[in-house]
Amino acid sequence: MQLKKYLGPLNKENPILVQVLGVCSALAVTAQMKPAVVMGISVAVVCGFSNLILSLLRNTIPPRIRIIVQLVIVAALVIIVDQFLQAYFYDISKMLSVFVSLIITNCIVMGRIEAFALSHKPIPSFIDGLANGIGYGLVLLIVSFFRELLGAGTLWNCQVIPESFYSNGYLNNGLMVLPPMALIIIGVIIWIQRSAHKELQEE
Amino acid sequence: MKQYSNRYIFIYVTVLALIVATVLSTVVNRLKPLQDYNKETEKIQQILSAAGYDGIDRKEAQKLFSEISEELVIDKTGAVISRYGSGTFSEGDIRAFDIDDKTEYIKAKNGEDYHLPIFAVNNNIFVVPVRGKGLWGPIWGYIAVADDGKTIVGTAFSHDSETPGLGGEISSDKFQSGFKGKELFDRNNNFVSVKVIKAGATNIDPQYAVDAISGATSTSKGVDDMLRTCLELYVPFFRNYLK
Repeated sequence: MQLKKYLGPLNKENPILVQVLGVCSALAVTAQMKPAVVMGISVAVVCGFSNLILSLLRNTIPPRIRIIVQLVIVAALVIIVDQFLQAYFYDISKMLSVFVSLIITNCIVMGRIEAFALSHKPIPSFIDGLANGIGYGLVLLIVSFFRELLGAGTLWNCQVIPESFYSNGYLNNGLMVLPPMALIIIGVIIWIQRSAHKELQEE
Repeated sequence: MKQYSNRYIFIYVTVLALIVATVLSTVVNRLKPLQDYNKETEKIQQILSAAGYDGIDRKEAQKLFSEISEELVIDKTGAVISRYGSGTFSEGDIRAFDIDDKTEYIKAKNGEDYHLPIFAVNNNIFVVPVRGKGLWGPIWGYIAVADDGKTIVGTAFSHDSETPGLGGEISSDKFQSGFKGKELFDRNNNFVSVKVIKAGATNIDPQYAVDAISGATSTSKGVDDMLRTCLELYVPFFRNYLK
């Protein structure tokens, strides 16, 4: 089945968990679920469309300025996404602040263009880009779920830990809000994933 | 191969740059009005929040603001030169909302003529903008003063890049609640501002001071400076209301 090939990024070829790319932004934007999801969608959009456009152009790009052309396309897409968020999701764009613009430097985007889009047809490239972006977003979603739940007692900005817990001495874990805990959670996810898939383990 | 020739590369780059530039400028132009509207709403939300209307929905903020606020513009001497409320000017022709307080404060610093905005909410609260420097970048906010000309009823501070958990705490409720009820003028009606002091300092009357954030000395000092330099310019106006 063709489709199965493209689902790799969601699990065994996950950009964050297996290729360990894009970790920086994954640490920064996962304190709450809402910005994490928006960030995941933004990366998926940028990754998908940059793959699509560069795959369409792949036979015309002068090899000597290959990287420059890629950067121009990716940068343009990122600016469009950033402007769009500022217009329609102002609060979230404020929370994400500089990290939307920094999608340009996200290794996943350039990595997929180099490794896939330049040597494949447009439609498969588009799907590959989207799948990688979604794989990235999926990890963000899991990490932000735990960080928001344990760090703020909320999910998607709604209080889920009842007031009675707090009056009985339960406290939010302030450490969860800080980036180091995101790294530890990602580490734990990698651990679980590698125990489940023995072939991912290195010697 | 043609793709290696300089000519091809130059033409390719030029065409690519033109296309990308056109697309980007179209997108930015199209979205500009929406973004401006968002910034405007954010300013309104901050003004309302200083005046005690907390957590107002974005959509309702504009409506509520036009209903309950009157925009005043004052000159150097504290005289009101423009009044704008419920869609019409009753005096002058400058809207306080359109005044960029940043440029006015710079003018004041350079000794030039300046106009200052005041947002009167429900006719008994005066909200004024303040602007200053934190540790890493600009800090700004709005101070709501009651119609006795000296009692602070609320504040709304914001910052760009103060350290979360330290300087960033200036926008927290905990820090801001300290300002409520503090007074800008002492018993002899001298302007004293509200000082931000180290917790436990005893040489200053607590009626005119709030506790600084521990670990964020520079940002606390920034708030202190911001309040003193900005509110000082409003002193002539507030004096009209002092008893």
